Amino acid sequence: MRFRNLTIGQHIPGNSVVHRLDPRTKILGTTLLIVLLFAVDGFIGYALAALAIAAVVHLSELPWRYVLRGLRPLLVILLLTVGLNVFLTEGEVIFRLWFLTVTREGLVRGLMMGTRLVLLIMGTSMLTLTTSPIQLTDGIETLLGPFRRIGVPAHELAMMMTIALRFIPTLLEETEKIMKAQMARGADFQSGGLMQRAKNLIPLLVPLFVSAFRRADELAIAMEARGYRGGQGRTKFRELRFQRIDAVAMGLSIIFTVVVGILF
Amino acid sequence: MSIRLENVSFRYLEDTPMETDALTDVSLEIEDGEFVGIIGPTGSGKSTLIQHFNGLLLPTSGKVWVDGVDLTAKGTQLRLIRQKVGMVFQYPEHQLFGETILEDVGFGPRNGGLPEAEVVERVRRALAYVGLDFEELKDQSPFELSGGQKRRVAIAGVLAMEPSVLILDEPTAGLDPKGREEILDEICTIHKERGITVILVSHSMEDVARLADRLIVMHRGRVALDGTPVEVFRQADTLKSLGLGLPQVTELMHELKAKGLAVNTDILTVEAAEEEIVRVMGGQR
Repeated sequence: MRFRNLTIGQHIPGNSVVHRLDPRTKILGTTLLIVLLFAVDGFIGYALAALAIAAVVHLSELPWRYVLRGLRPLLVILLLTVGLNVFLTEGEVIFRLWFLTVTREGLVRGLMMGTRLVLLIMGTSMLTLTTSPIQLTDGIETLLGPFRRIGVPAHELAMMMTIALRFIPTLLEETEKIMKAQMARGADFQSGGLMQRAKNLIPLLVPLFVSAFRRADELAIAMEARGYRGGQGRTKFRELRFQRIDAVAMGLSIIFTVVVGILF
Repeated sequence: MSIRLENVSFRYLEDTPMETDALTDVSLEIEDGEFVGIIGPTGSGKSTLIQHFNGLLLPTSGKVWVDGVDLTAKGTQLRLIRQKVGMVFQYPEHQLFGETILEDVGFGPRNGGLPEAEVVERVRRALAYVGLDFEELKDQSPFELSGGQKRRVAIAGVLAMEPSVLILDEPTAGLDPKGREEILDEICTIHKERGITVILVSHSMEDVARLADRLIVMHRGRVALDGTPVEVFRQADTLKSLGLGLPQVTELMHELKAKGLAVNTDILTVEAAEEEIVRVMGGQR
């Protein structure tokens, strides 16, 4: 079904260098990339960042087609961003089309914003594509650890994220199942005006909420039955450990970010 | 209402690294008025197969005809097909949504555009088929019912469309023995009284042996065996190699034979087994 085309937030298992990196390295690397993408100003900087991302995609051994597909759901936002920037920036007018004016500055800014967005999406989806949700939240928990002293509930946040991530596919599957069951009874989720369509969703949303609450209940009981009592004193089955490749990757990222960020 | 599949293959998540073949080259025909049991180990493609019978899934390759209509052709009104081929999913009570039972059970016929008086009449009939009282329940919330009753209301929601083919995916999963028995009896009654085609997916060899007049055994997305229950359960070794078994009584007859009692092993019900044992022992009851 259509939900299955969602690449964002999906994890593709693999055994490439990128997959094997410590999640903390990948999270910090992605953070650096985001900073870099906002710091650079000019196409050379973007081109270099794009090259870096391309290198990571190549190293991850994921099919390009699949990485690029992640852009599709955000196409509307992307077009809107580029369009608004192109048409609404004031400056030297290149041409007018009815009430729309295109300026040189607008064109440049639109293109830059577009590139920035594309690179942001691709860069961040490389993190989620190559890191399993468990590793991801483990990484976040460890990284947030030092802030626990000032009252950041690191473990609870990580646990909430784990559960939320874990339930995305489950709920999508459930949605699909209920949709099918109602479609088998002649429900129509595709046609009609806005109000009609919203009304048509009731037979989908009510069972979905009922089942979400039921699942939440069951999960809470299952967790308590296995002695879950929050993060205190909890040990880990898989301890995170920095390897040599992490040091290399981290070093390269920092050098790259600093050099490109300052020069361009 | 016959259903015909020709060289149907279906692939989940096509063009992604997670792509999997769920059905491979399945061809079969289900005639009007048959009671077909579909069995197979978990993941053998049973659920995928039945979703092709009413166009919820369309084959990746191959063709499906329902009542002579090609479901894979462009512009086929799948909604009309689905009014005729009713489908009860696993745990159908999870799809209940209505504020009242009347609203929920009437959802299908109302979507079919029937006048309200006819909808009410159909809800009344559908509830009667599953042994529930219309007057008593129509204004109740389906969420206040017991598990077994919820299941019946959900099945009634499909019956209310008065389909000519009824597909049920493990309708008795998670019910107690009494509830199982009752629901299966009700399905049997509907099959006999209304003469509709019934397709029953089940993990219980006893149930399909007792009810169905034809069995289709699925394995790894292919039809492994197809025949009458007696024919299928004669292939005990094949079934066991697929991870399936025989009905308990049939198993018992096989063991008796192995111990030297010359019984006929084509026995599917307890009653028939009793008769056969009495016959072989040459005695009176």
